Amino acid sequence: MVEHMGAQFLLSMTTGIFIGGAAGYLGSLMLSKRMALVAGPLGHLTLPGIALALLYGFNVSLGAFPFVILGIILIWLFEIRTKLPMEALTAIVFSSGVAVAFLFLPIEQAETALVGDISRVNLWEAFVSVIVTSIVFLVLKKMYSGMVLISISEDLAKSEGMDVRKYNLIYLVLIAIIVALGVKMVGGLLTAALVAIPAAAARNISTKLAHYSFGATIIGAMSSFIGILFAEISKFSAGPLIILTNTGIFLISLVFKNRGRR
Amino acid sequence: MTNDFVLKVKNLTVRIDSQNIIENLSFQVKSGDVITILGPNGAGKTVLFRTLLGLLPHEGEIEWKSGIKLGYVPQRLPFIKDIPLSVNDFFKLKKSSERETKEILDSVGFRENLKKKKIGDLSSGQFQRILIAWALIRNPHVLLFDEPTTGIDISGEETVYSLLARLKQERNLTMLLITHDLSVVYKFSTDVICLNKHLVCYGPPRKVLTMESLRQLFGEEVKFYQHRHG
Repeated sequence: MVEHMGAQFLLSMTTGIFIGGAAGYLGSLMLSKRMALVAGPLGHLTLPGIALALLYGFNVSLGAFPFVILGIILIWLFEIRTKLPMEALTAIVFSSGVAVAFLFLPIEQAETALVGDISRVNLWEAFVSVIVTSIVFLVLKKMYSGMVLISISEDLAKSEGMDVRKYNLIYLVLIAIIVALGVKMVGGLLTAALVAIPAAAARNISTKLAHYSFGATIIGAMSSFIGILFAEISKFSAGPLIILTNTGIFLISLVFKNRGRR
Repeated sequence: MTNDFVLKVKNLTVRIDSQNIIENLSFQVKSGDVITILGPNGAGKTVLFRTLLGLLPHEGEIEWKSGIKLGYVPQRLPFIKDIPLSVNDFFKLKKSSERETKEILDSVGFRENLKKKKIGDLSSGQFQRILIAWALIRNPHVLLFDEPTTGIDISGEETVYSLLARLKQERNLTMLLITHDLSVVYKFSTDVICLNKHLVCYGPPRKVLTMESLRQLFGEEVKFYQHRHG
């Protein structure tokens, strides 16, 4: 029994650290592109997909993924076609996502949908998560400096001969993958925090790009580690604990930021 | 037409959201020219640069000499402070080698220790020099310089143009400059393009910048300019 618990804990921990680290790394690009809040509506929009997955007993990330893709198409349409502010999008998508989900979400599984559940990942899910996040990480690493230039100025990037549309498309696909994996761990409500907070904390304490991106990755991975560890000890849900650990690290980073200014 | 032309623009029209921003503009740039582009806010100056760089759809002809390399200094980069970026990081985004970065910083008058400084901590004048240096990586033949309307301290502004003049000599650059400063136009440019959607005047500044053309270009602002530089 103890051995069984240990193996399950190790699986959850490994999955959590990989997803947290990749989300932090990705977040360092989203923060600089003022895209961090996009993960919010995307996460919320996955709720109907999560509800379906819980109802029919298949993987939550798998249920979430098509809805993230739908969300990305929506964002594209909203931004390009209507020029509505992102807050309007957040409000509309958030409420619609939650409303649809609660039409058919079994209420006893609401917690899993809203704040995630990583405590029961099986070997196969852990394996896929590790492989997929590793691929995301490598692709991000390859396109990182290009994405930074795009986020500074699309004009400069284009005048350097970069195919900005190709970069943005790959970037959105990576966001979709991370959000879909993230909802498994922290649920539809908290995914935005998973990408936004590590980057925000790392920015407070970095003066160069390498520290910033590395910092966001480490903070993301560390928050998952601490959150899942405390969940194991306390029997609270891991999702909220991971996010609260992130928040704690962010608050500490604020102290260092102010020190640097003096 | 001489053989050493760098750029030929013919009947250029640029439309954004079905509004004409630039109408029927024609001009030519020869190697070694310094062309200033003068006009009020919203006259289409920055749009002209973006079009010349191939960033916007257009009607009419834009013909750059084949194989020519362009360097672009944008007016401002509002999002750059979102990211903790050192000066060195910024140059690495353009795949500049350590040696090249050092040389280029040196040529715009910075010591190497500036490399470690955070972009967000630079003064507006320093940042503008960094943008010029960044544009000069890989030795472009033509520099397109978009002057910021605000945010540069006056002493900085003085030195930027003497810097540009020196760089032009050292690197044999052809320059297109957007400016709001008539003294720069007079002192520095071979030709001026007065732009207010369409071409208001075009030619050597002392010949084409008359009270009448300036009034057409700026309206009431003319008095201010004449007073300041007259």
